[in-house]
Amino acid sequence: MVGPSSSHTAGAARLGNIARRICGEEPVKVDFFLHGSFARTWQGHGTGKALLAGIMGMGPADERIKDSFDYAVQAGLEYNFHTADLGQIHPNSVKIVMQTADGRLWEMLGSSVGGGKVLVSSINGMDMEFSGEYPTIITRHLDQPGVVAQVSEIISRRGINIAFLKVFRSSRGSDASMVIECDQEAGTDLLDEIRWLQAIREVIFIEAG
Amino acid sequence: MYQFRNGVELINLCKQYEVDICELMLRCEMEESGWPRQQIWDVMENNLQVMQDAIINGLSPNLKSAGGLIGGNANRMRLRQEQENLCGKTMLKVIAYALAVSEFNASMGKIVAAPTAGASGILPGIIVALMEDKNYTREDGVKALFAAGAIGKIIATNATLSGAEGGCQAECGSAAAMAAAAAVYLEGGDVETSLEAAAIALKGLLGLVCDPVAGLVEVPCSKRNGTVAANALASADMALAGIKSYIPFDEVVDAMYRIGRLMSADLRETAAGGCAITPTALRYAEQALTANNPKLL
Repeated sequence: MVGPSSSHTAGAARLGNIARRICGEEPVKVDFFLHGSFARTWQGHGTGKALLAGIMGMGPADERIKDSFDYAVQAGLEYNFHTADLGQIHPNSVKIVMQTADGRLWEMLGSSVGGGKVLVSSINGMDMEFSGEYPTIITRHLDQPGVVAQVSEIISRRGINIAFLKVFRSSRGSDASMVIECDQEAGTDLLDEIRWLQAIREVIFIEAG
Repeated sequence: MYQFRNGVELINLCKQYEVDICELMLRCEMEESGWPRQQIWDVMENNLQVMQDAIINGLSPNLKSAGGLIGGNANRMRLRQEQENLCGKTMLKVIAYALAVSEFNASMGKIVAAPTAGASGILPGIIVALMEDKNYTREDGVKALFAAGAIGKIIATNATLSGAEGGCQAECGSAAAMAAAAAVYLEGGDVETSLEAAAIALKGLLGLVCDPVAGLVEVPCSKRNGTVAANALASADMALAGIKSYIPFDEVVDAMYRIGRLMSADLRETAAGGCAITPTALRYAEQALTANNPKLL
């Protein structure tokens, strides 16, 4: 990794990386809301540079991180940093709000929990929890019986092992989401098959980082 | 089958499979990742290379950190190592190399988080200096990194490696435990002796706060890498002398985590306590923040 801090630099790059994969392409505009220790010490640790580098697809060991502000200007990527109180959350946390070229807005809340490891706790306002260490499939779906079985059946048919599976919902019978961390990468045909399920609203796939 | 959660399980598995700490960690990684042995070995060998490169870069007399507070200290220590000194040649080399990685890290150079970037000098300082002064091979160096990894894994499982969560004891303390265990491994000590060394090293650093001046990983972090590396090497020698830690390693890890929980947030990487709020630090922080402030809304 590139220094100076595993939680404030490497973890920040990783969070930026996951955010980019959530919106599937490089956004045209990004706003970072820095919380706690991130807000207080972001400049000295290069947290801003690393977050932005991650959004542009650079990994924690990319030696271009220190010049990421220049790369963003060259790429025409608009960026802003804000301080914010994100509530009762890990001291190294950031909310990333991205806008893609088609005008869509994406939002991710994540924390850097030490040694470069990260935890994403919400996407587009939906609470969840995953580390990004495994290939991760995220669904937004209608909370109804059988959805988990249908999705896991599609995954098992391809011989893919589910390492962790978590289901979340806002209230009974309404919006729900599922986070499936796998041991193998998922292909587009698998994701499409999940998308075709009647109860599924949206599927996001995040490659292992 | 090779998974361990604490020191007791690590010792038991080493005995059960009749392997050393490095071999057990390697098999544990193979089991966890599904990767073949060679692939995992190559990743660790590359880590050693990054560490060695960071030492070479960090020893430059012209190095200047991003915040401008440190740079060139590793070189000063190397020069003294070649002269008459107090601690002896190997100890001074360990300190010089630990400072080198830490100063290179502060200039946004490429390093290996070991276990974190703030504490990245301690483990390479010890392993690379011992490789040079005691003629250990590259293979020995890689094996020692696996031994260190086993200790880091236990601490990460049962406590924390994050300064923001547990203070500097979680970063430099963990690095010292890892490095002390690795040094014992290099010297031919068994798994029990490695854990004794890790316990002694971490115990000596319990309560250490994370108080970075202006939030930069420069002061007091860099010099702490130097002094903590010395602590780790001393702990390894104590364990090799047959000295036992009265408190077993697993309980020391638990104590570290509990102390971290009791620590005020001001002392956990927020730059709101300790060295960070001394008059000298505050003068610097004000000057640095006004001089370099990209668009913060």
